[in-house]
Amino acid sequence: MMARVRPLLSRFKALLMHGTASLRPTAPWSCLAWLLLMVALPATAAERPLNKDDMAWLQRATFGVDSATVASYRQLGRVGYLNQQLAVRDDHLPAPIQALIDGYDVIRTPPLELLATYREKRKQIGQSPGNTASVAARKELGAFRRKLYTQDASVPLLHAIYGSDQLKEQVVWFWLNHFSIYARKGGVRLVTVDYVEHTIRPHAMGKFSELVLASLQSPAMLQYLDNAKNVKGKTNENYARELMELHTLGVDQGYTQQDVQQLALILTGVGIIRQGPKGAGRRGHQPEGMVRHGVFVFNPRLHDFSYKQFLGHIIKGSGYAEIEQAVDLITRQPACAQFVSKQLAQYFVADKPPQALVTAMARTFLRTDGDITAVLRTMFESPLVIQDKPPGKFKDPAQFVISSMRFVQDGKPIANAQPLVKWLNDLGQPVFGRITPDGWPLDAASWSGSGQMTKRFDVAGEIGSGRNRLFVDPDVAGKSRFPGGAAPDLDTPLYRTTLEPFLSASTRSALEKARSRSEWNTFLLSSPEFNYRWR
Amino acid sequence: MDRRQFLLAAASAAAALPALSFSGKLFAMPVNAPRFLLVFLRGGYDCNNLLVPHGSDFYYESRPTLAIARPDPSNLDSAMPLDAQWGLNPVVRDSLYPFWQRKQLAFVPFAGTSDLSRSHFETQDHIESGQSDEHRSNYRTGFLARLSGSLPGLPPISVTKSLPMSFQGAGRDIPNISLTRDPKSRFDARQSAILSSMYQGLPLAKATADGLALPASISADLRDKMLHASRGAQSAGGFASETRRIARLMRDRYRLGFVDVGGWDTHVNQGSTKGGLANNLRSLGEGLAAYDDALGDQWNNTVVVVLSEFGRTFRENGDKGTDHGHGTVHWVLGGKVNGGRIAGEQVAVKQTSLLQDRDYPVLNNYRDTLGGLYKRMWSLPDSKLQEVFPGAEAKDLQLV
Repeated sequence: MMARVRPLLSRFKALLMHGTASLRPTAPWSCLAWLLLMVALPATAAERPLNKDDMAWLQRATFGVDSATVASYRQLGRVGYLNQQLAVRDDHLPAPIQALIDGYDVIRTPPLELLATYREKRKQIGQSPGNTASVAARKELGAFRRKLYTQDASVPLLHAIYGSDQLKEQVVWFWLNHFSIYARKGGVRLVTVDYVEHTIRPHAMGKFSELVLASLQSPAMLQYLDNAKNVKGKTNENYARELMELHTLGVDQGYTQQDVQQLALILTGVGIIRQGPKGAGRRGHQPEGMVRHGVFVFNPRLHDFSYKQFLGHIIKGSGYAEIEQAVDLITRQPACAQFVSKQLAQYFVADKPPQALVTAMARTFLRTDGDITAVLRTMFESPLVIQDKPPGKFKDPAQFVISSMRFVQDGKPIANAQPLVKWLNDLGQPVFGRITPDGWPLDAASWSGSGQMTKRFDVAGEIGSGRNRLFVDPDVAGKSRFPGGAAPDLDTPLYRTTLEPFLSASTRSALEKARSRSEWNTFLLSSPEFNYRWR
Repeated sequence: MDRRQFLLAAASAAAALPALSFSGKLFAMPVNAPRFLLVFLRGGYDCNNLLVPHGSDFYYESRPTLAIARPDPSNLDSAMPLDAQWGLNPVVRDSLYPFWQRKQLAFVPFAGTSDLSRSHFETQDHIESGQSDEHRSNYRTGFLARLSGSLPGLPPISVTKSLPMSFQGAGRDIPNISLTRDPKSRFDARQSAILSSMYQGLPLAKATADGLALPASISADLRDKMLHASRGAQSAGGFASETRRIARLMRDRYRLGFVDVGGWDTHVNQGSTKGGLANNLRSLGEGLAAYDDALGDQWNNTVVVVLSEFGRTFRENGDKGTDHGHGTVHWVLGGKVNGGRIAGEQVAVKQTSLLQDRDYPVLNNYRDTLGGLYKRMWSLPDSKLQEVFPGAEAKDLQLV
């Protein structure tokens, strides 16, 4: 054993010698961790250096590498790693992070109960005698809403940072944006976590048509795009239109206003259970043909049973079956395969992804009846997945924040997710904060304006300096604005393996000019190498 | 051809001739191109307690505790009469009323959008996108972004923490900076230089350098200005100190600006001539007066439009406040504004005029009136106006 350790140690020393000209904070504990990691792995795998292609590929397969990613990739190789990412359905999180999430009201409390609390607090406003009480009740409701929002936003962020199925976590994130909802509309914030955990996550890697159907039935989407108000005799086309235009087919893909209206009719009666005596949800009084899952309900009494003509097909007025029929029709259109493939490629590969790649993905989509895992496999097995123009694909704010946390924390837990939520607010991409149903833009131009770049460097500074509240329990936060806050040591083996060898001369020279660890960290997190997924 | 048209024609001619690059630069921003600042009051301000319909008995019936008293020279808390129907909240006596007297302020009541959601976010988004009332074809661009595209010679700036919908999707860089206080960069000159150096030669080199340079250069500008202005000028707090900073930028560097002011969602205890709304209106009025003051002679070449997503319920609610409504009152100010009048379509203020027995109807769609204003300000051709406000019919209220 010792014999194997010693050469490793000397190699490590050599590694340290290399580049000592730079002002680099040293970190004995991280050397030790690295040593243990290397010992734990077969020497051959551990020795394999990562080249630029490996990194370009890993930066797309993950939100950003951490030591666990590197170890796993080295052990399994690219093919093995991809197979693992596509096959494993391991949603578990490190225990402290799981505990943090489990403490959230939005997780602990079922949506209907949350709704009841919310309604009660609203009622307080109307019932409070006198203005002082009314003001107090409004303040309390405001605080309740803010708390729920922060928790809503924290849940997917923590999964993205700490989840080991990084490809899946990205795909969850992608779908959350593709089937975008806005937490501040009405009661959407009460069902946002339900949307993430019970609508998107279970279907993220499955059949696209099932994902569409799940989102169609989700209380969040039903409220956000108003289909809860779409009833016989009083149709609301909002969701029907966006379902085709934004979720499945794209703009101007051969369907007509007539199709939109017909789809709206098909979707009448798809809504949310209303509580109270007038509601359709009373047990024992279910009309024939009613379908319920949780808060979702298809109420045949509110459904238009007329014949519909949709996308060139006749759809008989049969109730709930019409909806499944319509979703199948839409999702089997070649336009749908194209549209979804292109969006995926834009998210993972390039602002303007190679047409050959999109075509290959769309072909897989059609062949497999919309098997998302198969489409991802086609994308990640293609050499085109890393053929973006240099310098590569610019990270959007969410990718920047998540990859920063993966790099800085490297699996170590945080105690408070509030700063993450705040940073994304500051960077103009609040989680569940896109007002319009098109989701956040996927191109660099939307995120790289002069004001946005400066703000990003500011956030890099907040992370890099350690002057933030990531380790402050939000419930017992003191008065001090920046408690604790030593700059983290980022000059780690992870850095030396995955970033340092690939830094440009300009970035190296910038890092050499740093006068403190905090500054060095800020420059590193602000560097192009950290803000692009390279080609 | 008047001078403005001449300059525009000259600008496009110069742009078409690459050989004249020097003069092209010279013409890129005609020296007297009018400036435009949009002030967005987020939250839906209560227009009925700013522009008071004192001629309406129904107003006084509807607002037993909130109404501003009918004009009465012996009562300083009464409305300041503008005409037989309308008056101003006296909290803007020293700020907005002088504009009115100089005929540099016009009000457009019954103004707003066709969006009837009465939801803050939906209506703000609707206004800022400026898309046609039928289906929106494009979620990703705002009307100021498109306007800026039509007027490449007018440098734009958004005086906000992040880029608002109005300015998104321009296809060119639109800087944004918050000026609620003296802008301070997190980074000093050395750090900024190092950060910029990493992006040299990359597509984001310019955005990076510009972004890092902006707070420092504005801060320096403002310091110079403060030295000149410090004699005698009281340091007005709140919005006024912000508009003085904006004026400095708009006078020297930018021509198309956006700023937003929050705090108008007065459901509870909004007050009349005292209280939260009165304070906000006073601060807003003082801010606009300071803007005029700080612009100096360039006020004559400036148009400011103040708008909000919607008006509020005409009747006060049970909490001595008002709830989300529809039609509102937009303001137009500037040295050359054809003011001292209530402009646009109007209707008598009585119960039967209300929309859904609740709030003001919209008779003057902002897309039409802003379109008409832009046409007069910059001689924008209809084809360009259609890009800014697709499907709108520019309505010329002769505001300038």
